[in-house]
Amino acid sequence: MKLKPEDLDKISQRMKATTILREGAGRVKITVHMGTCGIASGARDILNSFLKLIEKIDAKDIILTTSGCAGLCSQEPMATVELIGEPPVKYVDLTPDKVEKIFEKHITGGTIVKDFALAIGNERIS
Amino acid sequence: MPRSRMNLMVCTGTGCVSNGAFNIIGALKKELRKHSLQDEIQIVTTGCNGFCANGPIMVVQPDGIFYQMLTEDVIPHLVEEHFLKGRPVEKLMYTPPEKQAPVPKMRDIGFFSKQRLIALSNRGIINPEEIDEYIARDGYRALARALVDMKPEKIIETIKQSGLRGRGGAGFPTGKKWEICRAQPGNEKYIICNADEGDPGAFMDRSIVESDPHAVLEGMLIGARAIGASHGFIYIRNEYPLALKRIARAIEQAADYGLLGENIFGTGFAFTISVARGAGAFVCGEETSLINSLMGKLPQPRVKPPFPAQSGYNGKPTNINNVETWANVPKIIFHGADWFSSIGTKTSKGTKVFSLVGKVNNTGLVEVPMGISLREIVFDIGGGTPNGKKFKAVQTGGPSGGCIPASLLDISVDYESLTKAGCIMGSGGMIVMDEDTCMVEVARYFLNFVQDESCGKCIPCRVGTKRMLERLTAICEGRGEEEDIDFLEDMALSIKDSALCGLGQTAPNPVLTTIRYFKDEYLAHIKEHRCPAGVCKALIRYEIISENCVGCGACKRACPVEAISGDKKEVHTIDQEKCIKCGMCQASCRFDAVKVT
Repeated sequence: MKLKPEDLDKISQRMKATTILREGAGRVKITVHMGTCGIASGARDILNSFLKLIEKIDAKDIILTTSGCAGLCSQEPMATVELIGEPPVKYVDLTPDKVEKIFEKHITGGTIVKDFALAIGNERIS
Repeated sequence: MPRSRMNLMVCTGTGCVSNGAFNIIGALKKELRKHSLQDEIQIVTTGCNGFCANGPIMVVQPDGIFYQMLTEDVIPHLVEEHFLKGRPVEKLMYTPPEKQAPVPKMRDIGFFSKQRLIALSNRGIINPEEIDEYIARDGYRALARALVDMKPEKIIETIKQSGLRGRGGAGFPTGKKWEICRAQPGNEKYIICNADEGDPGAFMDRSIVESDPHAVLEGMLIGARAIGASHGFIYIRNEYPLALKRIARAIEQAADYGLLGENIFGTGFAFTISVARGAGAFVCGEETSLINSLMGKLPQPRVKPPFPAQSGYNGKPTNINNVETWANVPKIIFHGADWFSSIGTKTSKGTKVFSLVGKVNNTGLVEVPMGISLREIVFDIGGGTPNGKKFKAVQTGGPSGGCIPASLLDISVDYESLTKAGCIMGSGGMIVMDEDTCMVEVARYFLNFVQDESCGKCIPCRVGTKRMLERLTAICEGRGEEEDIDFLEDMALSIKDSALCGLGQTAPNPVLTTIRYFKDEYLAHIKEHRCPAGVCKALIRYEIISENCVGCGACKRACPVEAISGDKKEVHTIDQEKCIKCGMCQASCRFDAVKVT
């Protein structure tokens, strides 16, 4: 294939998800808490649900990552959703259905799903 | 392809590969499969990360977690803890010396945070063997602009305004070089990328080619357009197999996309590149020698003028630039001359890549803005000298350069300041030396190197360096006389004035700078027959300190010439007649009972 100048943009667009992931600079960052407690209560399914939803709409500006236990083991599985420029939101007692709702309303729509949210913001780390 | 949520950027530069990077990749693949993570976590092989001292290295994205000194047996734990459960593994992270807490993120590590990347801006972020990854990071955009929107004169003007100077060592303004070549009559012109990196301890060019080969190709394409060349050569030494492989693959991929060949981007511009492999002769770094070698002749320099810009390959106008210079070109066209010239000092613009080696904690590849102090490079980025030894000097510019002493540590790293100190910027080799380094021996080492590599064409270089080497060897062996210093200085200046090419003209620099800054060491060798650093074999002796010796027999077993005697639990002694001063006894002693005097 012989490239034209405008093809460079097409290739970049196709590669965007990878570029954003490598640069750690997405519009949205989802963190699924995968401590032992989280995994035991189904965090793996939560992670998979998010992955499937991202793939379904072919979103290129969402970073999905994992972290350890968030410290509230009784309300696992948990995930933190952070839209760029906004405070992070912690969601608790997640199920794949709840994930779908959060994805639709908060991640693509920009409105926090208050019913599932535990808190807005992070603990203070001195 | 399914979406991946995590990229494991595994360094596959030459350093990490020789430390087993491919075994790490094998182990990662196996463990990821075990946990069914292979679809959501992607392993990416990158070029040199730069922190070679701590390889094999892996950076985990999107979180930027930096793992170092990986071994196969830690991989199962790492995959389960971090990649499955999301808990980064602290014990595999970098901990700065004298600190307790590890630094998880790459960008927070001192080695990286003081660097400014232009030529190496894609290092560790892309897979150098995939052209799409280069394009995704704004690759080939500068070429599109240069071909579609800019006249060749405008390209040259931009490079001139940026202040870019040759990164091969001499620092000639790149834009001016192009302008001279463009102005020559005729339609058949050539450009060459000089990747014949030959300084001992230097690996900047190799790493650029290995980690971002398309940046070099794009730079050459833009240069070819500016000059009016239709064919280019990459002259690269054959002992760089990985760089050769990656550049060949990059050329193939660029040709598939029509970025090399006829009618590039539909503009009618045509350009092809071929790779020429060099046999690793230091003199081939010199332009006219390199061109002779390319043409299948004996690699000897010739008198200039005519310069290669007037008469080069096949007698046609030819422009040569070094790898790092070419890699800077696309960035300047893309971001503009003002952006580039805002970095650096008044006369030295942009950044410089150095390979930081020798007696320094963080050996590796660093790119820093011009004008940074030597102290920042050695101490803030390099982490200082290891084992609490005292810093003595930095050698820059390899066999053509000189030594900068501790008293000049705050010198600004730019072309003019280094030249004033008797040194040169050079292509970017930077060797750190501590109190255990003998400066006379360093001068002798480099002179021996140029004496080996001298092509023999002109007398000053062939014979002059030989005479100098004889005197230096005599000093190192305790046979020196005070007049030798005057002789060395005198001969050095004659060679500088009269040698035919850059190799000879700069060969005396290591001798001149060591005499200038470390004359006391020369005098100690000559007058007191003493090597203060304890290096020169003829002037040192190994002795056993009887108070410390417990008679364990370790040195006796280690000695290859049976020069040590003594009964068990008795103080041992060294027979000075038999001793070959190999130092094995000192290395084997656990009680600090062997000293060098």
